[in-house]
Amino acid sequence: MTEHASKQYDLDLDSIRSRVLQMGGLVESQIRRALEAFGSGERALIEQVIADDHRVNAMEVALDGDCSQVIVKRQPAAGDLRMIFAITKTVTDLERIGDEARKIARMSRSIHERGAQSVPLAVDVRHAAELAIAMLQRSLDAFARLDAEAAAEVIRADAGIDSEFRSILRQLITFMMEDPRTISTALDIVWIAKAVERIGDHAKNMAEYVIYIVKGTDVRHTSPEQLEA
Amino acid sequence: MSAPDKLMNTELMQEREAALAPKAEVQGLDFYYGEFRALKGISMTVYEKQVTALIGPSGCGKSTFLRCFNRMHDLYPGNRYDGRIVLHPDNTDLLASAVDPIEVRMRIGMVFQKPNPFPKSIFENVAYGLRVRGETSRRGIEEKVEQALEDAALFDEVKDRLHQPAYNLSGGQQQRLCIARALATDPELLLFDEPTSALDPIATSSIEELIHDLKKQVTILIVTHNMQQAARVSDCTAYMYLGELIEFGVTDELFIKPKMKQTEDYITGRFG
Repeated sequence: MTEHASKQYDLDLDSIRSRVLQMGGLVESQIRRALEAFGSGERALIEQVIADDHRVNAMEVALDGDCSQVIVKRQPAAGDLRMIFAITKTVTDLERIGDEARKIARMSRSIHERGAQSVPLAVDVRHAAELAIAMLQRSLDAFARLDAEAAAEVIRADAGIDSEFRSILRQLITFMMEDPRTISTALDIVWIAKAVERIGDHAKNMAEYVIYIVKGTDVRHTSPEQLEA
Repeated sequence: MSAPDKLMNTELMQEREAALAPKAEVQGLDFYYGEFRALKGISMTVYEKQVTALIGPSGCGKSTFLRCFNRMHDLYPGNRYDGRIVLHPDNTDLLASAVDPIEVRMRIGMVFQKPNPFPKSIFENVAYGLRVRGETSRRGIEEKVEQALEDAALFDEVKDRLHQPAYNLSGGQQQRLCIARALATDPELLLFDEPTSALDPIATSSIEELIHDLKKQVTILIVTHNMQQAARVSDCTAYMYLGELIEFGVTDELFIKPKMKQTEDYITGRFG
């Protein structure tokens, strides 16, 4: 896009956009570390993930503040308006993803404190988690490049995670029925799987905002078929 | 009808087109200041009882365009119109040489950038147009002056000093007086040429509020440099550049998602 007559406006917008990507990077590392801690039970890592969530929250607050400043100083219109509007929503979703990472860390702590490992931890959570992280990365990438096609692919990918989640649930139910002693841990894993599934939903939301920025159409609450049109 | 490529032909636009009656239709309008072609083939519709905003950078021809509607350019020799501006419901071509510009100005009022009351009393400013029109009944004039001042949201502020000089009023009040003056003769179309650029934010808000109320009774065409103002007060917006109409659309859409890149660049401040 061509530059604004005001250089400062360009600088402000560029700075906001690059910090959204930074925030995305931080959130992604939070999920990765939370999942690692889930597998290993490493106490220090668990506490670190929980403690670092405040950095994600602080970035959300700072970016929202900067967006308000742009709105009040520049009265952005058209593409700029859509960008700012989408960013304030994107940071909300990123912050929520941060919360999900913290939730995974907490559940991991509770599982490992309990000790008894009668449920295979891996189940399929890791696979679903990889899908969710990939969606997040691709959403951020689509945002960075303003690529509506890539964003549409992310939206379609969400169905994959949803079906992974249902399959995890079925497996865990089987464990719980066979041996009620596994119930506490299995439930914690359900929460973790649910967190992963939610991460996919947030990544999908972010992809929808990218389409809004690029095309000006609001594709929330539309089916994948309508998305093609 | 606007030329199809200039029109934001969205669902919302089609809805509006279906629901609204055209008040004026500009058809292939060219305007020349001597040799200089200031307007180039403009076609668009001004819808009845709607506010249509004209935006664009300085020198793009928006004021020139506005002034065509009440034949202001007739005042200078060498100016020339081509094309038509058809005023409904009687299908009068405002630009036809057979049409008397005085007659046109009776039907189409204008408010300028700077308030320009006559050096007369508040009352006489509003009564002037009525007298020119041949209204002689003192009672009739008084009633119409009061009504016009009411409609211009000024009456309560001036009712106790109607016979004081108009120059005693504040800038915002003077501008509302000029609007009352334009309203007194019951125009069908009101032209506003940057009506708030000389006013402070509070006076600006009151004029904008007034424009909003006035569209119940009159069609409004407004030129403004303030894009937020265009977004606030208008129903439709036309973006002009170098004498051409670049894009015409529903205001709610044009400021969020313009069709033309030129419009986007202008409204986002990427111009020049």
